[in-house]
Amino acid sequence: MKLSDINRRKFLKQSGQVLVGFNLLPLAFCTPNEANVMSDFADKGKNAVDSWIRLNPDGKVTVLTGKMELGQGIKAALRQIAAEELDVGMDMVEIVIADTGKTQDERYTAGSNSIEGSGKTIRNAAAEARRILLEKAAGNWNTSPEELSIDKGMISQPGGKSASFWDVLQEKSLEGEITEKAPKKDPKDYKVIGQPVPREDILAMVTGKSLYVQDLRLPGMIHARVMRPPSYGAKLIDFPKEEVEGLPGVIKTVKDGSFLAVLAEREFDAIKGLQRLQMGSRWEEKTLAPPQDELYEKMFNSHDKGDSIEDSLPSNWQERGEILEAAYTRPFQMHGSIGPSCAIAQMENGKLTVWSHTQGVYPMKRTIADLLGMSEDNIRVIGVPGSGCYGHNGADDAGADAALLAAAHPGPPIRVQWMRMDEHSWEPYGSAMAFKMIGIVDSAGNIEAWRTELWSDAHSARPGGKAGHFIAANTLENPRNFEPGGFSAGSYRNAVPLYGFPREIVHHDFSTPLRTSAMRGLGAYGNVFALESFMDELAHKSGADPLEMRLKHLHDERAKEVLEMLAEKINWSSNRKKGNQGWGLAFAKYKNAASYFAVAALVEADPVNKDFKLQKMVGVIDAGQTINLDGLKNQTEGGMIQSASWTLFEEVKYDSQGIVSNTWASYPIMRFSHVPEIEVHVIDRPEEEPLGAGEAAQGPVSAAIANAIFEATGSRLRDLPLKPEQINWDKLQS
Amino acid sequence: MIKDVRLNVNGKEHTLQIDPATPLLYPLRNELELNGPKFGCGLEQCGSCMVLLDGMAEPSCMRTCSSLEGVEIRTIESLADGEKLDPIQEAFIELQAAQCGYCVNGMVISAKSLLEKNPNPADEEIKEGLQRVLCRCGTHSRFIKAVRLAAEKMKSTTL
Repeated sequence: MKLSDINRRKFLKQSGQVLVGFNLLPLAFCTPNEANVMSDFADKGKNAVDSWIRLNPDGKVTVLTGKMELGQGIKAALRQIAAEELDVGMDMVEIVIADTGKTQDERYTAGSNSIEGSGKTIRNAAAEARRILLEKAAGNWNTSPEELSIDKGMISQPGGKSASFWDVLQEKSLEGEITEKAPKKDPKDYKVIGQPVPREDILAMVTGKSLYVQDLRLPGMIHARVMRPPSYGAKLIDFPKEEVEGLPGVIKTVKDGSFLAVLAEREFDAIKGLQRLQMGSRWEEKTLAPPQDELYEKMFNSHDKGDSIEDSLPSNWQERGEILEAAYTRPFQMHGSIGPSCAIAQMENGKLTVWSHTQGVYPMKRTIADLLGMSEDNIRVIGVPGSGCYGHNGADDAGADAALLAAAHPGPPIRVQWMRMDEHSWEPYGSAMAFKMIGIVDSAGNIEAWRTELWSDAHSARPGGKAGHFIAANTLENPRNFEPGGFSAGSYRNAVPLYGFPREIVHHDFSTPLRTSAMRGLGAYGNVFALESFMDELAHKSGADPLEMRLKHLHDERAKEVLEMLAEKINWSSNRKKGNQGWGLAFAKYKNAASYFAVAALVEADPVNKDFKLQKMVGVIDAGQTINLDGLKNQTEGGMIQSASWTLFEEVKYDSQGIVSNTWASYPIMRFSHVPEIEVHVIDRPEEEPLGAGEAAQGPVSAAIANAIFEATGSRLRDLPLKPEQINWDKLQS
Repeated sequence: MIKDVRLNVNGKEHTLQIDPATPLLYPLRNELELNGPKFGCGLEQCGSCMVLLDGMAEPSCMRTCSSLEGVEIRTIESLADGEKLDPIQEAFIELQAAQCGYCVNGMVISAKSLLEKNPNPADEEIKEGLQRVLCRCGTHSRFIKAVRLAAEKMKSTTL
């Protein structure tokens, strides 16, 4: 195996220069000298075929997506879709990802929407391209398109002529509109879709080749570190300017209000400058309230009426039987990217280029335009993969930092690298949530009534055009303030049960003292934890089998099927409880609209050491039409382990002075010693629409573990993270 | 403050004019343009920056350059012999053991160090060998399988 020399040569030909230290040349983002020149980009809009698919003169097909590679393997999956519909080999298909100078505005890479959104458009564009090519060839040969076939980019007539796509096009571009009417392949003829096609970037990863924004080294690049305030809302009083600027290698400090940074030729000189700023600057700080140990109480006792999301309860529902109640909580949790956020920005002749691992290059462009008072036409945001983000982490803020510094110091590319404490302390967290559940179940296990009341802060505060969503903007001399509101649906994502029983769901918007935004699954993680734990409680209360209880109330056959397959895989009925071991299961259809996922967790209690261990998890996923079998499994396995880590270990701690969880020592996540055995089964439905899958596992895993702990120990844990000290060990020993 | 520091990296002697107190990671990435080792925490807590120091996997984000003169430093870039990949690299590709890939350097280097000492590790020993490296995507179970496969590959090539 080797890296593609063709790509390398092509790049050199196009750019006419060698970029020092950038040895992979991954397509779009390695052209600094061309960065501000967008002449090659004639934006023909979303309906043009060649906004999505291009046939290059070198015999390759280029797919263009506005979505970002986040480690979820979207590049491979989208290439597969194009290769399938166009009938070309995977080796002929390249992909360009999110770049405001090259690709269409597909907003954010979020919500498990890339396959359903970009994938669908690329499929339509490829089908349209195929139709156009066949019609041109048929015209040339005086035959009809139906008579022709395509294989590996060659169009041929049975027993007659053949020509490549490129011969047919004769150096013209693929002109045409996406009508959505071009015939698409019958799934039974698929050769590429559904296959476990390997990702090309893994070779680069294991050989240490450049892949990430952190790895970019542009000619003349300088290094920056931003001194973040010691806590939320702190104001800078003074800082040792002369001393820091006198340090070897330091170019200058930049101060705008309480936004403070140091620029240096070498990275470690910038770090030493930062350390000096941290020691010598003085700040006026605010205190955080309410204290963490009063937060849930404040949520439960908030007096607002809340919004009723859905209400199908009959008026006399409270008379239908004994009312069972339970309260659950989910703490603040962090994305915890392993690589802290990073961005590079360069201001040249009034034009700004930003290289960023943002999930939304276009929204970032709009927001930076607002931040700097610039025209969007003079800004280009180029998406370059970073460390996995799992939602809205520090990526956009690092981009804003770099943009502010580039504006203050035009000329060289400026690289801003956040330190570990910056990411831990300043990323927007997944919101703390609280749940009050009420249910009535009869002795036959029929749920007569269900009521969920939930409290949560916002699950989306992405910078969609308003500069106040960047933390740096809040600290400027002329601050841009954060304006909350807009999208509250994230809070009650998956709060409405897929089960068919009368229910009412009430959502309370609760403003917490911490910065919160989108984290993988948004509110679904907490909502499914509460919902699927409470289902288990109701089952046990009525003496019903938790599996049967779920199946009985589900009216969606695909939902039942994932649960039934799961039960069979783990032999549920005979294995549910054995000695100190217990299986627990849970289910959700993500967003009640995307993938179906059922999962079982096996927990073993250790009463002697008052501890428990998550031994194994088995998941079954139905994502409709599977695009990349191995990619789907990989995403699901990863989601299961990540959710298990959230569920067992994670809670952002704060005190009145600020965030306490500021390193991996104070915010531990799962390490290898606690990793359970993982098994994933896929129900492939080639005839169905593909469904978003990247977040399907997050919610169900948490409840499956809690339900397994109950089976193994008899203790019902309702407060995340689930800790051995919450278990009543006396109960187990008796 | 700036001095000559001699480092032996991937079999070559380099003389760098830097602050000898600079942690090894920075000159590896910036001066020697080796992007394999990654910055993760700067506190030796996450293992993103793993390198081999005299064959042992160690983080490079705090160890100063001056303390590493005379030590044989190897990075992930040196594992392949030209286009011939190390069995560990082959195994990671074969099992598609990566998601975002940011931690993969730490995993591969830790596996290298482990398999040199223990060519036939049990799963618990593999977990122990990779314990210092954090992964956030949840690729752990694939990493364990990949190291197991690499051990098998190495066995079959030495037979």
